[in-house]
Amino acid sequence: MNHLPQAWGRPRDDIYGAYDSSYLQSHGPNQHTQQPIVTGTSVVALKFKDGVIIAADNLASYGSLARFTDVKRLRTFADTSVVGFGGDVSDMQYLDRLLTSLDTEEAYSSSGHTLNAHNLHTYLSKVFYKRRSDFNPLWNQILVAGLDGESKPFLASADLLGTTFSSPSLATGFGAHLAQPLLRKVAPDEEAAAKLSKEQALEAVKESMKVLFYRDARSLDNYSIAVITKDGIDLKENEKLEKQSWAFADQIRGYGTQIN
Amino acid sequence: MCLSALNPNTRAIVPGAPKVQQTTELQRPLQIPIHPQLLTLRTSQPTLEHHGTGYDLTNSVFSPDGRNFQVEYAVKAVENGGTSIGIRCKDGVVLAVEKIITSKLLKAGANKRIATIDRHVGAVSSGLVPDGRHFVSRARDEAASWRSTYKTPITTKDLASRMGGYLQAYTLYSSVRPFGITAIVAGWDSELELPVDGQVGSGPSIGSGGKVEGMTFGGPGLYMIEPSGMYWGYYGAATGKGRQTAKAELEKLDLAALKLSLQDGVKEAAKIIYVAHADNKDKEFELEMTWISNLDGPTKGRHQEVPKDILEEAENLAKKYLEGEDDEETKDDDKPAEGDKMEE
Repeated sequence: MNHLPQAWGRPRDDIYGAYDSSYLQSHGPNQHTQQPIVTGTSVVALKFKDGVIIAADNLASYGSLARFTDVKRLRTFADTSVVGFGGDVSDMQYLDRLLTSLDTEEAYSSSGHTLNAHNLHTYLSKVFYKRRSDFNPLWNQILVAGLDGESKPFLASADLLGTTFSSPSLATGFGAHLAQPLLRKVAPDEEAAAKLSKEQALEAVKESMKVLFYRDARSLDNYSIAVITKDGIDLKENEKLEKQSWAFADQIRGYGTQIN
Repeated sequence: MCLSALNPNTRAIVPGAPKVQQTTELQRPLQIPIHPQLLTLRTSQPTLEHHGTGYDLTNSVFSPDGRNFQVEYAVKAVENGGTSIGIRCKDGVVLAVEKIITSKLLKAGANKRIATIDRHVGAVSSGLVPDGRHFVSRARDEAASWRSTYKTPITTKDLASRMGGYLQAYTLYSSVRPFGITAIVAGWDSELELPVDGQVGSGPSIGSGGKVEGMTFGGPGLYMIEPSGMYWGYYGAATGKGRQTAKAELEKLDLAALKLSLQDGVKEAAKIIYVAHADNKDKEFELEMTWISNLDGPTKGRHQEVPKDILEEAENLAKKYLEGEDDEETKDDDKPAEGDKMEE
């Protein structure tokens, strides 16, 4: 009997020939994430005079399959910030845990100081940049909404490349094409956003979510929405799109089973 | 090795013999090798006043009557520390400590003694402050490693178990000494089902993995860990110099009934620290208090300092209570019965 433990349970060399372990070797460079797997679609957000509104639907898609329909893609941080995640859901969960440990470590010192939305965005964008520089990106596009160090509305995006961007209105994914123009009409610049009331901003964001549901095949009419003001975060995680009208669908030509 | 070093005429004496026995002869346990230098020290200074009998010179050694002296000395270090208490209420837990002011040059309110271990757990200790700091550091590591393994917050019970094991290990080896602290660990385990870190969905509402109706989760946790590594869960815990007084006060509260609210618990905790300090009046102190409420309460399940206004209110009540007690003490002897009524 072969007395080497590493040979036990393996095909015997004298009968089957030398063990072919070539399949265990990796050829070429290490490969990390090449594509997202389970994904969330757009996140939209808009500043108004007292704060920021951010929204994302509750869907996690597996390719074109609507796989999970109760996924919360808005995550609160320290009573002044909300992070909205688009892209890979498992990377979102990783970031969620990272933010939990960050929050725990912040609580170690009893100074009462917490990270504001601006700090949080800086931190997350550096995490993204580090990971893409390691050729192991976190496949997300995120929006950070909340209040900055002066308790003013703050809104910025960061993505898998470590790119950052800030604007009075922002949208990720499909929303960057479909919702962004609608939001820009309402708030073309910071001055205009600073005049928006909460009601106006809510209407614009809800309208954007509706348009996205009409035209984005990876979206859902169940969504989460958060309003961040000095009074705190008002997060609703199970909203339904209201007053949908599919009358326009008749006018669409060139898709599906229609011939002309 | 030791045996051969001995003079064959020397009569070995079993240790543990009364210390009145004046002798120039060697005192050593038969099975334990003692370093030759140690022997000369003992023989050359026969009148050296010493409390133990050689069994207290190193950690991890039993005396013939089954005691571990190093651990007992660690307990002495605890008994001189500022009083710490914890109260387990129906909707939260309170921690309080009597922080003795060692210098007027120290900034008031700085140098905190109660630490946050995880979002939902806090700890306080009496005894050697640096040992307490190391305890906190280790507890934080344990809580974080639990989170990374199980993707869920550590329960107060599990943390107490981990830390109990850690302290106990420091009684086993001659290269270390036991912790000179008794720590009180308090936490609130989420009453929500499945508080999983990074959870994004809510799971099935029925069927396998679904909800069991009427099932309850979590709640308050309060544990006290001693230098030996022994830990118990408590309704009310006290340690440090004023522990006897504090325990007597805690027993009056009938905490086992779990009727005391967190808001009242804060007032009681302040009162107990003030009462316990009354035996140690010559030293100034600061009251430090933290609390953890349930998810609907003021801290939403997190370990936080008691806000300044509530702390001050509790301190004022405590001072008023003490003044009242002093008056009664001087006036009549019915005080204990009166005092009991005031507890209700």
